[in-house]
Amino acid sequence: MFKRVIDETASDVVFDFEGTEVTARNGESVAAALLGAGVLSFRQTPVKDRARGPFCMMGVCFDCLMVIDGQPNRQACQVRAASGMKVARQIGAAELTLDQADPA
Amino acid sequence: MTTPKQSDEDKRTADVIVIGGGIHGCSAALHLVRRGVSVIVLEKDYVGRHASGVNAGGVRRLGRDLAEVPLAQASYEYWRDMPALVDDDCGYRATRYLKVARSESDMDAARQRVAELNARGFTHEDVIDQKTLRGFLPAAASHCVGALHVDGDGSALPFQTTQAFKRRAQKLGVVFHEETPVLDIQRRAGNWRVDTPIGAFEAPTVVNAAGAWGGVLAAKLGDDVPLKAHAPMLAITARMPPFATAVVGALSGALSFKQFENGTVLIGGGVRGRAFPDTNRTALDMKGMSQFLSTARDIFPIMKRANIVRTWAGIEGYTPDNLPIISAGREAGIVHAFGFSAHGFQLAPGVGEFVADLATGATPKLSLDAFNVSRFQQLGPA
Amino acid sequence: MSFDIIIIGAGPAGMSAAITASDSGAKVLLLDDQPTPGGQIYRAIEAAGDKQANILGPDYMAGKPLAEKMRALNIEYVSDASVWQVTDEREVGYSTGGQARLVTAPAVILATGAMERPFPIKGWTLPGVMMAGAAQTMLKTSGLAAEGAIFAGCGPLLYLVAHQYLQAGVTISAIVDTTAKANRIPALSHLPGALKRWDLLLKGQKWQSEIRKSGTRIIDDVSALRVLGETKAEGLSVNTAGAWLDIKSEHVFLHQGVVPNVNLSFAAGLDHSWDERQLCWRPDTDTWCGASIDGIFVAGDGGGIGGGLAARAEGEIAALGALGKLGLIDTTTRDARAKSARATLSRELCIRPFLDTWFRPSDSFRVPIDDDAIICRCEELSLKDIRDTIEIGLVGPNQLKSFCRAGMGPCQGRFCGLTVQELIAKQTKRTAADVGYYRLRPPIKPLRLEELANLQIDDDT
Repeated sequence: MFKRVIDETASDVVFDFEGTEVTARNGESVAAALLGAGVLSFRQTPVKDRARGPFCMMGVCFDCLMVIDGQPNRQACQVRAASGMKVARQIGAAELTLDQADPA
Repeated sequence: MTTPKQSDEDKRTADVIVIGGGIHGCSAALHLVRRGVSVIVLEKDYVGRHASGVNAGGVRRLGRDLAEVPLAQASYEYWRDMPALVDDDCGYRATRYLKVARSESDMDAARQRVAELNARGFTHEDVIDQKTLRGFLPAAASHCVGALHVDGDGSALPFQTTQAFKRRAQKLGVVFHEETPVLDIQRRAGNWRVDTPIGAFEAPTVVNAAGAWGGVLAAKLGDDVPLKAHAPMLAITARMPPFATAVVGALSGALSFKQFENGTVLIGGGVRGRAFPDTNRTALDMKGMSQFLSTARDIFPIMKRANIVRTWAGIEGYTPDNLPIISAGREAGIVHAFGFSAHGFQLAPGVGEFVADLATGATPKLSLDAFNVSRFQQLGPA
Repeated sequence: MSFDIIIIGAGPAGMSAAITASDSGAKVLLLDDQPTPGGQIYRAIEAAGDKQANILGPDYMAGKPLAEKMRALNIEYVSDASVWQVTDEREVGYSTGGQARLVTAPAVILATGAMERPFPIKGWTLPGVMMAGAAQTMLKTSGLAAEGAIFAGCGPLLYLVAHQYLQAGVTISAIVDTTAKANRIPALSHLPGALKRWDLLLKGQKWQSEIRKSGTRIIDDVSALRVLGETKAEGLSVNTAGAWLDIKSEHVFLHQGVVPNVNLSFAAGLDHSWDERQLCWRPDTDTWCGASIDGIFVAGDGGGIGGGLAARAEGEIAALGALGKLGLIDTTTRDARAKSARATLSRELCIRPFLDTWFRPSDSFRVPIDDDAIICRCEELSLKDIRDTIEIGLVGPNQLKSFCRAGMGPCQGRFCGLTVQELIAKQTKRTAADVGYYRLRPPIKPLRLEELANLQIDDDT
């Protein structure tokens, strides 16, 4: 478990992770907030359906890919958590809707 | 891996020396060795390093210049059974090819094209309406009103295909020397003597399959060809859920678009980057690339959310009329097979047969007049 | 708005370059992918206070005045900017707020830093396994630490982070030290140079002795590692003194050194050379940090590992080089101003040969021996998958890429490139330098098609 060892800034960011509320500190990445909330697995790989979680926390490994506010393939360690965000694990290749009404 | 015997590796003479280990060189070598002709292939980098190994992999008869249609048809017969030719399926999938119409004038152009083809006895292309298009491509935008279509066209994997030709040719006895550039080529007592960093090779006949470097080689052989090297660009996405099985182009606006079985989408089209053939380098033009990415997005709105994970460009040779050079040279013992202007991949299995004809003095079953090197003689060098 | 110098990366090298350039009146654009400046070493430094100081130490806190100075400059500093290309004509492509842009300047300084070397052991892809640098980043940005974690590997950063954990009062299950004893004798030949920086050697010793005194379990004489667990990390299996030993933990932090992050420099077309001592590729640079393409400079760890203070010095030198090239200062002034930075750089680099040799990661940890160790994380290719593909007669990483997709995933070879290169070298009996690296092209980070299709060119208007 990750625990807070420096606990000074208020946690006033609340986002949704697959129906659960997760609090984050101001300025914290989605990845850090999720790790702090005990979530270790962020996605299932497209080729062999294996669980992956954040690895480098600096934006070079691309293992922390999640669906954030409907946009897939977002590096959770590079996205600042914001209140009202909707975060979900990315299962396999990114899910995209074939919405014919999408204006070009 | 089948390695030629030590004695083969040391061979310095053969019936034919093929210069260029791209798909055309490898195809020519294979067709020749199948006829009992001994072949040495000299490749300056590694087989499939350049255009042959990095192109979009389109296997199409669709949209070809009328002069090329018979060549494409002949090649198609080989594509239908690649395992028989090269003992490998080459990743070939006949998923159909569609050039999408986004307006009524596109549809008119398509109908005109089919009429032109039919008048010449070619029936492989047809025009499909919006309903049929929707059936093939449910993800196409609503302003796509139909398409020019070829059932049986599709795509293959270029690097795998080129390597398959090489391996099969090797198995039958063709000797390949990679990382072996041609330094010079001279007439020597009825033969061509080819100088390389690993020594000289001699043969009565040479095949110039040197791709973007074919113009330079042709000049050494006494044929002036105004060949220019450019770098057609491609972009590939991260994996996406399956939404398009057919290969897609556009009637107005250059586009090549296909989704692989692994979900990634490969996009190319028209705009070229800069090529530096002397250093095997290309420079990409991102602003130019944004043009065909826009076209892809226009036809498939789902692509707005796609992630481009990599781009690249190959070094290709272009002729002024965008038709290849497939002919004997001015002097004896020369066969040219280059200048495919970014659409040579599908043609390779068939062209190899005709190059083998030219190299052995047989008469090709098709006319190759449109591809004669002499058509440039008046123009002079580039 | 047109710029004289574009600087990519706001770590120590980038901030230092910005300060030097701006002080001489150059119009500077500083691009960085994080919301606040600092790079990796000074991550989240602006928000750091006494609590961070106690845990993270004075070397970290030294970044604070540098960031303050950068903020006070009259430059264009764009944070949250992801740079995805630099061309041979100094055209920089970057994205910010979902909009991709192109901007060109007569001088571009790459200050993109380093990343951790891959550590391809069996199970390294399981959730719960992270790099030691990631543990440190979480401390810096979020004050988060993992209780009862295992730290495994070698190199100064491993001990630094473990020390920081102990300062924070966090229990460590074990430190598994893979430093090879065989490195000691070769390293000692570099000791005379290193002794000039006895202060740094002493500092390292201090961390080590404090860690020992804390009673933290330290395991050495390690010849193999495997992460335990099927769907997530459950611990680490360690082969020490010839026997396997299992240590339980949900958190495993790996580290075996840092290497330059070369994706941008390779994609720009810069010449690189293989450094056999640091076991990595480094862009070729001259005495002004100028790279092989005119007008492009490389400063900091992105050009070769030297640490934070060396990076600062190189930032100054590169900026002076750029200013001189642009004629914004004369060469006499330029040379005089560079003297102090050169002296610092020399002081900082004299310990490198010793450190690089002492902490040289062992062959068996750079190139794994477990058939099912994953080599290409993105495409999920194992050692066996890669070896089988090499067997069919491929001679380089780019052929391998075309055949089995190794290096074709989103990380673009960052976590497999060095491993693949060394694997091919071993299997085909050639040198790593001879085998070469993946051919890298822009975008160096995935870019939404939408952004690239809507590409905007920044011009003078």
